[in-house]
Amino acid sequence: MNQGDAIRNTILRLLGDITPEADLQSIKPDVSLRDQLDIDSMDFLNFVIALHKEFQVEIPEHEYPRLATLNGCVNYVVAAKQGLRQGT
Amino acid sequence: MADFVMPILGADMDSGTLIEWKKKPGDRVAKGEIIAVVETDKAAIEIEVFTNGVVQQFLVQPGETVPVGKVMAVIREEGEQAQPAAPPPIKPALMTTPSQPPAPAPPAVEAGRLKVSPSAKQLALEIGVDLALVRGTGPDGAITREDVHRAASLTHPSPSPVAVGEATGTRGEDKGEGRVSADRQARMRQTIAAAMTRSKREIPHYYLGTTIDMGRAMAWLKEENSKRPVTDRLLYGVLLIKAVALALREVPELNAVWKGTEPVQSDAIHIGVAISLRQGGLMAPALHHVDAQSLTELMRNLQDLVKRTRAGTLRGSELSDPTITVTNLGEQGVETVFGVIYPPQVALVGFGKVVDRPWVEAGQVVARPVVTATLSADHRVTDGHRGGLFLAALDRLLREPSQL
Repeated sequence: MNQGDAIRNTILRLLGDITPEADLQSIKPDVSLRDQLDIDSMDFLNFVIALHKEFQVEIPEHEYPRLATLNGCVNYVVAAKQGLRQGT
Repeated sequence: MADFVMPILGADMDSGTLIEWKKKPGDRVAKGEIIAVVETDKAAIEIEVFTNGVVQQFLVQPGETVPVGKVMAVIREEGEQAQPAAPPPIKPALMTTPSQPPAPAPPAVEAGRLKVSPSAKQLALEIGVDLALVRGTGPDGAITREDVHRAASLTHPSPSPVAVGEATGTRGEDKGEGRVSADRQARMRQTIAAAMTRSKREIPHYYLGTTIDMGRAMAWLKEENSKRPVTDRLLYGVLLIKAVALALREVPELNAVWKGTEPVQSDAIHIGVAISLRQGGLMAPALHHVDAQSLTELMRNLQDLVKRTRAGTLRGSELSDPTITVTNLGEQGVETVFGVIYPPQVALVGFGKVVDRPWVEAGQVVARPVVTATLSADHRVTDGHRGGLFLAALDRLLREPSQL
């Protein structure tokens, strides 16, 4: 399993914690998570907090649009972690 | 001695079923502590005790359904001497068989080992799921109803179409999880229907609306959140709730409940927040003393309230205490809300979506984010003039977000 797959699986787990009733296997990776999972702003904020805690990445509010889809989340976390490594 | 009675937890609740006692006779209890879990048509609710003392005697056993107001337990208040316990009520079936040994006491609940919402515990009992095998996904790992459903789907074979047909038949002893969930949803729908029908039958509503320029509020929020770690960020809904609370200080007649034949104004501002449930339906539990909370406190308490509402771990006071309700349907794309007051409250405030609109300011047309705020109010208690003053105060407060 490469880094992207591992991150994707972790993100799916975090989404499952936010929306326990959702069928995570049916998530379309390039379609809005809000539209697919019927999550509201409180759910989304809790998801962002979970991403922050899980991956130790900072997520400014103006970056939220980049987290709109599953692929967007994966790409964001991968880039953020690479940035962390380059910064150390 | 103080009586602990079945509380009223909703406008049309007339009875509740005791799921479990959280204490046992002889235990010390403090005001605000959870003493029991009661099943209502909407959810299983943790019930607080409203006195300090020692549990003298339980008069109701788990599984019994009792009317609102019935004494369920006797609490010996601080300073009182212990009294011999009165004999337990004798059930008719036992009266004919006096030599029958007493039924064993219900097993003591080992609180703290597993964090399980009362609603989830009840569901697990109903559909036969071993909670020890369920992974909790609720607050702090608490097991929620959804977790139980998920565990059931893994451990029980999927019903065939024929079995589904059987499960929806009249065999009450063979409830499937879907049936239980459907039953709960149907009962919740009936409860909402009863409350809303009563509201429209008894409360002469009037409606007012105003469009509020949210430019300053949204800019302030963006700036504020840029300085906060993600864990402390605010949602704009918190500004709305706080502004409602402060506006109520100026028009306190709206912060009241109708009792008997007259309104009773509340000194405390407990705002019921409409929260949609994932399985359908909604609840509007209270955020207490909203006007006295900072935005940071309010945000944390709102997060906690939403989590617990959806996990089925609300407390009785959160259902019985609201003095007004706020509903925000902006996320569904709604621009204007015409709300139905939740009795016995006398007002409801609705908010729609924040949208960019042309706005005239100092003779210039500019684009502004605006929100439509509406007031549904009880004409027996206030009139349009007072309602208008409330909306004007709300408008003013949201234009000065740093003062919230």
